[in-house]
Amino acid sequence: MDIRFMEVKATEAERAALDPVVEAPSTSPRLVVGGRTARSRRHLLLPALWALQTGVGWVSRGGLDEICRRLEIPPAEAYAVASFYDLISLEERPERTVRICDDVVCRMAGAEDRLADLAARLGPEGEAWERSSCLGRCDRRSAAFVQEVGSAGRSVAPFDPAWLDRPPEPTPVVAAGPLTERIGHADPTDLDAYRAAGGYRALRAAVAMGPDAVIREVKDSGLVGRGGAAFPTGVKWEAVAGSPRRPHYLICNADESEPGTFKDRVLIEGDPYALVEAMTIAGYATGCERGYVYVRGEYPEALAALGHAVDTCRRRGLLGDDVMGAGFAFDIEIRRGAGAYICGEETALIASIEGHRGEPRAKPPFPTTHGLFGKPTVVNNVETLMNVLRIVDEGGLSYAEHGEGRSRGTKLFAVSGAVAEPGVVEVPFGATIGDVISAAGGPSEPLAAVLVGGAAGSFVGPDDLDVPLTFEGMASVGGALGSGAVVAVGRSSDVEDLVRRIARFFREESCGQCVPCREGTRRQEEALAAGRFDLLDDLAAVMGDASICGLGQTASSAVRSGIALGLLGGES
Amino acid sequence: MSRTVTLTVDGHEVALPEGSTLLEAARAVGVEVPTLCYLETLTPVNVCRICVVEVEGSRTLVPACSRVAEPGMVVRTGSARVRRARRMVLELLGSAVHLDLAPEVASWMEEYGAEPGRWGTPPAPEPRVDNDLYVRDYGRCILCYKCVEACGVDAQWTFAIAVAGRGDEAHISTEYDVDLPESACVFCGNCIAVCPTGALMAKSEWDLRQAGRWTPETQHTTTTVCSYCGVGCNLELWVQDGRVVKVTSPLDHDVTRGNLCIKGRFGYTYLHDLPEGYLTPIDHLLSRF
Ligand SMILES: Cc1cc2nc3c(=O)[nH]c(=O)nc-3n(C[C@H](O)[C@H](O)[C@H](O)COP(=O)(O)O)c2cc1C
Ligand code: SF4
Ligand code: SF4
Ligand code: FES
Repeated sequence: MDIRFMEVKATEAERAALDPVVEAPSTSPRLVVGGRTARSRRHLLLPALWALQTGVGWVSRGGLDEICRRLEIPPAEAYAVASFYDLISLEERPERTVRICDDVVCRMAGAEDRLADLAARLGPEGEAWERSSCLGRCDRRSAAFVQEVGSAGRSVAPFDPAWLDRPPEPTPVVAAGPLTERIGHADPTDLDAYRAAGGYRALRAAVAMGPDAVIREVKDSGLVGRGGAAFPTGVKWEAVAGSPRRPHYLICNADESEPGTFKDRVLIEGDPYALVEAMTIAGYATGCERGYVYVRGEYPEALAALGHAVDTCRRRGLLGDDVMGAGFAFDIEIRRGAGAYICGEETALIASIEGHRGEPRAKPPFPTTHGLFGKPTVVNNVETLMNVLRIVDEGGLSYAEHGEGRSRGTKLFAVSGAVAEPGVVEVPFGATIGDVISAAGGPSEPLAAVLVGGAAGSFVGPDDLDVPLTFEGMASVGGALGSGAVVAVGRSSDVEDLVRRIARFFREESCGQCVPCREGTRRQEEALAAGRFDLLDDLAAVMGDASICGLGQTASSAVRSGIALGLLGGES
Repeated sequence: MSRTVTLTVDGHEVALPEGSTLLEAARAVGVEVPTLCYLETLTPVNVCRICVVEVEGSRTLVPACSRVAEPGMVVRTGSARVRRARRMVLELLGSAVHLDLAPEVASWMEEYGAEPGRWGTPPAPEPRVDNDLYVRDYGRCILCYKCVEACGVDAQWTFAIAVAGRGDEAHISTEYDVDLPESACVFCGNCIAVCPTGALMAKSEWDLRQAGRWTPETQHTTTTVCSYCGVGCNLELWVQDGRVVKVTSPLDHDVTRGNLCIKGRFGYTYLHDLPEGYLTPIDHLLSRF
C-alpha cells in the first residue's frame, strides 16, 4: 500500500505530544520500519488523537498527517475516524471549552435557563461552550465537562459558571448492597485498604478452584449482563473459554452514556480495585491474557481512579506475567472513549479500539467468535463483572437465591429527577419501581411518569409503581430494564420537551451508517416538532425492524411510550 | 467438496453451498430482492437495508445481501412487515436525496407504494466540480459505501475517500474535505463505476446532461480491449454522435471486475484528435481492433 500523505508538517509541540503514545519513525537509513508492523498498530489511532487533543487542544492537518505517517494510515481514513468523535476537535478552538448538559434530567432542573444565562456571560454557543447530552452526573441536577489544553479534562457538578475549578460533588450511594458497600468507606486509591476490606479474596478462591469451576459458578449464579441485553454471562464466558482460536480478549464496557445512567461511574470511581480484580478473574476463567477497559471520554475522574489502580496492581504483582505468583498472565489496558454514545454498543466499541469508526456491524457473528482483532472476545459491562467477585466468594447457587427467573442477585439503579435524594440504589432483584424511588428519598413532587432504562427505555405511568424492576417485570409493561436508569418525572415537568430531547439524542448519536436509523431518527425529531404523531408509527416500524443495531431499534421506544401514556399533546 | 445447506424461501425449498447468503438463496428460487448497497464485486456492508427479509424466529428483519443461510431457515421475502420496511427505506431515501438517476428505484417506489413526498423534498443538488474528469454531487448520495470500498481494499487500494462525520452529518469526504486533485485520488474512476445513484459521474456525461444533450436513445456501446498496456482490460466505449462519451468495463470481466485505471477510463480523447477520416465513423475504426 502506497499512502499519499498531506503536505503539511506537524509542529514541535504536536510531535512532542505524540511521542509518548506513538514513537516517531526511526530515521536510521539502515532500518526500514513501517509496513505490516506499523499497520498492526492502527489500534493506537484513538490514543494518538487524544494525545493531540489534550496536548495541543485540537487535531490540525499537520498533526493528523504526523499520526498518519507514524501509523501508516491514509489521511482520509484518519480524518474519517477523528470526525466521528465529539471530543476530538478538527478545528482550532479556545484553550478551554465547556460542554454543558442539557439532557433529560438537567433539563427538568432548568438547564435551558442556565444556558441562556451562560450565553449572556460566556458568549455565543459553539465557541467557548457547547451543549452536551447526559454527562452521567444527573444526581447533582446540573453538570458540565471542561476540556482544557494540557489536561484530561474534569467534571463540574453541580454546574455553575463560577465553579469551573471545583471538583465535582461525589454521587451518593443512597442504598448500599454487596456491590457498593465499600464505596465511600474504603479509600479508592489504597490497595491495602481494599485488601483489608476483603479485596483479592475472590481471586485467590478462583485460582484455587480453577477456570472451569469459576465458569460453573457463574453459570449456576444465573448472572445475566447488566449492559442492557441481559445475556447469561456464564454462557458467554464458556463460549470464549472453549474456543481453540487464540488469543482470547476481555473487554470491560465502561462507556456508560445512556441518559440518566451513572452507576458504572460510581463503581469505578469508588471501588476501582474491585473492577481490576473482577477482570482478572474473568481473564483467568476465559483464558484471556489481556483485558481492555473502554472508559467513557467524559469520565476523567473514573479514568484517573482506574489508571491508578491498574498501575498499583501491576507494581504489586497483581497484574502482569505471573499474577499473584499463581502462574497465569493477565494485564489491563485502558482505552478512553472520545464522545460517541454508539461506542457503547459492543461491536462499535471493538471497532473503536481497533482504530476504526465506531460503526456497529451485523450480528451474527458475535464477539464471542469474531471480536477484538477478529479473535474470540468477552465483552461485559462494569456492573456485570463486579458481580463475579461475590459469586466466586459465596458460590453461584447461593447468589442465585436472590431474585427469580432471569433476574438474580442484586441490581444497581441510577435514580434521579423528582426524588429527594438522587443517587445510586442497590437492591435485591424484586424491588419495585416505587421501592427504588422510596430508597432515593421518595418523590419530591407528585409524579407524572418514570423513565426506566434511559433514552432507549420507556416511560411508565404513576399507576405502575408496583411493577418489579426485573427483566420480567419491565417486559410485562412493554418496557425494558436497559441500563438501570430510573428517572422520576414530576408533574411540573414538560414531558413533551423531554421526549423531543430524547429524539434529538438519537439523531445526534446515530452512527449514520444505516438508512432506517440515520434518516429515521431525523424524521422522528421533525415529526415530533411538527406535532405530526401520525407519522411516528411508520418510522418506529422501519427503525425497529430494519436498523442494524440496538440504537436504531430502540430509538422510538421512549417516544411511543410517552404517547401511549397520553403525556404528549400534538394533533394526530 | 463443500457442504450444502437447505432452507425455505417463500415456501420453496432450496439447497445451496455452505456460506451462501439469503440473497443468493432468493435468486436461486427466482425471487427478486431489491438491493442498493450490495454489489457482487464488493464486500457487503448491509447499510441501505432495502434487501431486508423476514426469518422465522428472528426478532428483527435481516439483510438478505449479507446474512448467511443456515440449515432449516424459513425465509419470507414479501410479508407485510418486509414490504413496510422497504417502502419506508425508499421514502426515507427519496425524501433525503435525488434518486432520479438510480435505475430501478422508480419502479420499486411504485411496487412498494412509497410516497417520499410526505417527508419533504430533498435539498437542491450541489454538484462539486473540482477536476476535469468526474463530478461529485452528494445531493444524490445514499451513503452506500460502494465508492469507499472501490477506492479502498475492494479494488484500488488508494483510500482517497471515506465516510466522515457521524449520524445525519455523515458524508463522503477526503481528509479535511480537500478537493480531489489535492487528495490521494488517482482518478481511476472506479468509484464512478459502482455508484448506484449518479452521485459520481464522468465529467463528459455530466457536461452533456447539463447542456441537455445526453441522449441515451442515440447511444451505442462498443466493446474493445484497452490499447495502453498489456493487462488486457475490456472496455465498453459509450458512443454518441460519433464521439466517445464515457468508458466502462463489464462487471463480470474476469480481469477488470469492472475496474480500470485513469488511462483506460479517461484516456480516450486521442480518438477524437485523430486526423480527419480516421474517426468517421468511429465504429469503422473500432471494428479493426
Ligand atoms: C446503542 C447501544 C449502547 C450501548 N451502551 C452500552 C454501555 O454504555 N455500557 C454497556 O455495558 N453496554 C452497552 N450496550 C450493550 C453492549 O452492546 C453489550 O451488550 C454489553 O456491553 C455486554 O455486556 P453484558 O453482557 O455484561 O451486559 C449498548 C448497546 C447499544 C445497542
Ligand atoms: S441502527 Fe443507527 S447506530 Fe446502529 S448501525 Fe444503524 S445507523 Fe448506526
Ligand atoms: S457517492 Fe455513490 S457510491 Fe459513494 S456512497 Fe454515495 S451513493 Fe454510494
Ligand atoms: S443491499 Fe442489503 S443492506 Fe443494502
